[in-house]
Amino acid sequence: MCGIVGLLVKTPALKERLGELMVPMLIGMTERGPDSAGLAVFADPLSEGERKLSLYSGLTEDGADFNWHGLTHGLKAHLDVDAKIDIKHNHAVLAFRAAPEMVKRWLREHHPLLHILSTGRTIDLYKDIGTPAQVADRYDFASIKGSHLVGHTRMATESAVTPDRAHPFTAGEDFCLVHNGSLSNPNGIRRMLQPHGIHFDTDNDTEAACRFLEWRLREGDDLETALQAGFEELDGFFTFLMGTPDKLALIRDPFACKPAVVAENDDYVAIASEFRSLAHLPDIKNAKVFEPAPEEMYVWNA
Amino acid sequence: MERLSFDLASSSLSDMNRFLHTELSADDTRHVTVLNPDGAHNIAVGLNQPVTVDVQGHAGYYAGGMNKHARVVIHGSAGTGVAENMMSGTVHVKGFASNGAGATAHGGLLVIDGDAGLRCGISLKGGDIVVGGSVGSFSGFMAQAGRMVICGNAGDALGDSLYEAVIYLRGEAKSLGADAQFEDMTDADYSALAELLSKAGLDHDPKSFKRIASARSLYHWNADANQEY
Repeated sequence: MCGIVGLLVKTPALKERLGELMVPMLIGMTERGPDSAGLAVFADPLSEGERKLSLYSGLTEDGADFNWHGLTHGLKAHLDVDAKIDIKHNHAVLAFRAAPEMVKRWLREHHPLLHILSTGRTIDLYKDIGTPAQVADRYDFASIKGSHLVGHTRMATESAVTPDRAHPFTAGEDFCLVHNGSLSNPNGIRRMLQPHGIHFDTDNDTEAACRFLEWRLREGDDLETALQAGFEELDGFFTFLMGTPDKLALIRDPFACKPAVVAENDDYVAIASEFRSLAHLPDIKNAKVFEPAPEEMYVWNA
Repeated sequence: MERLSFDLASSSLSDMNRFLHTELSADDTRHVTVLNPDGAHNIAVGLNQPVTVDVQGHAGYYAGGMNKHARVVIHGSAGTGVAENMMSGTVHVKGFASNGAGATAHGGLLVIDGDAGLRCGISLKGGDIVVGGSVGSFSGFMAQAGRMVICGNAGDALGDSLYEAVIYLRGEAKSLGADAQFEDMTDADYSALAELLSKAGLDHDPKSFKRIASARSLYHWNADANQEY
């Protein structure tokens, strides 16, 4: 079991309140996922040549005491990259104007235990073990601003409870996915993708789905075509919620084994595994509430 | 008739269910209103008294489950397993219902004004279900006894492996399940259907429905079937 939440706001004023509205959604899914939690938020993009990485130091020897400023000094000294860093304990967002692959290669070489959570121009990603309330508090989720986000609360079934196996998973740039369910053919998907040079960070089944869909997008599929390929190739139980810089997308397996409910009004689209995570939202009593059908694609534009 | 209300925003669901289970019989309360249900699970489960419970909002999983004698009205949608294993009484969902609505119900009547999700009436054991809208795939799977009325359409594999339950369908089924077949409506079907529609407050013409029941070819093991049904 796991919990999924998503929120996309349509009115500019609500962008300021994105995190505040989402935290009760995430905490509402604690019973479905008490072991880890995570969140990816999409905000105004950096300019064309800039990139940002979300980084997690909890797996390094120094943990939350990681020397983040030493890292930016190293980047300057070795690569002549001026990076800005925004630190929250064992997490930092590193922004720079340089080729992201070069920076990531340097990070893997000099800080192999530092976990790269996400890459892109719009996405910030946080995930860690702990209850949703603890994780939300650790990273001050309530203060998060942006146009849309996806969140997850995890009750692990398919791989160990570790920060890197928490959701959301990312692949490529500005793409993330959260999953409630379990896949039966993740190893087949991995064996199919690895010859294409696709590297996996963990043994988690959701990571296979995430990298498969991002690979389809990178190969030129539009989102709908990629999701259709997902229906054909990914076997098992799933409700997937995905985020891109301008979209949220949701699909459910043909048996609708894992729940999802959507509430929509003029101000927002909110998605959760269960209605109890939506009950607090403003004017929810007048929102259109519905259950997304199995094997249908739901895509909302930010 | 005494009326009582529980606001789940400020009081606990367990306290409310405890009242409904243990104190109601010694009390003359016959009407309970539940405010701010907010998707909570297990609202008004296991009732055993002739009481009306009005749930003012969306209910979570298993609302009205195991119901006996009571009338539970949900003025919103219901989560997975509404009226699961109902024995008698009525559960009425004014909105839509999620998966497994009325699963294994032995008796009573479940009315869903909107659509029902997948596996509606799975393993039905004698209860009646009337769905004003459409039902998802695998509805009526292995239903043993009772009746299902579907005013809209049905998904795939309707009535798969049916026993003696009967399904009345007004719209179209994407597909029928193994061993389910369309049959001619009899006078007994028309009168049973008219009664169910009337109880549900629906005025469809019984003549617009088709009957689906078991062909009973799965009742006995056939070693020659090669697992192809």
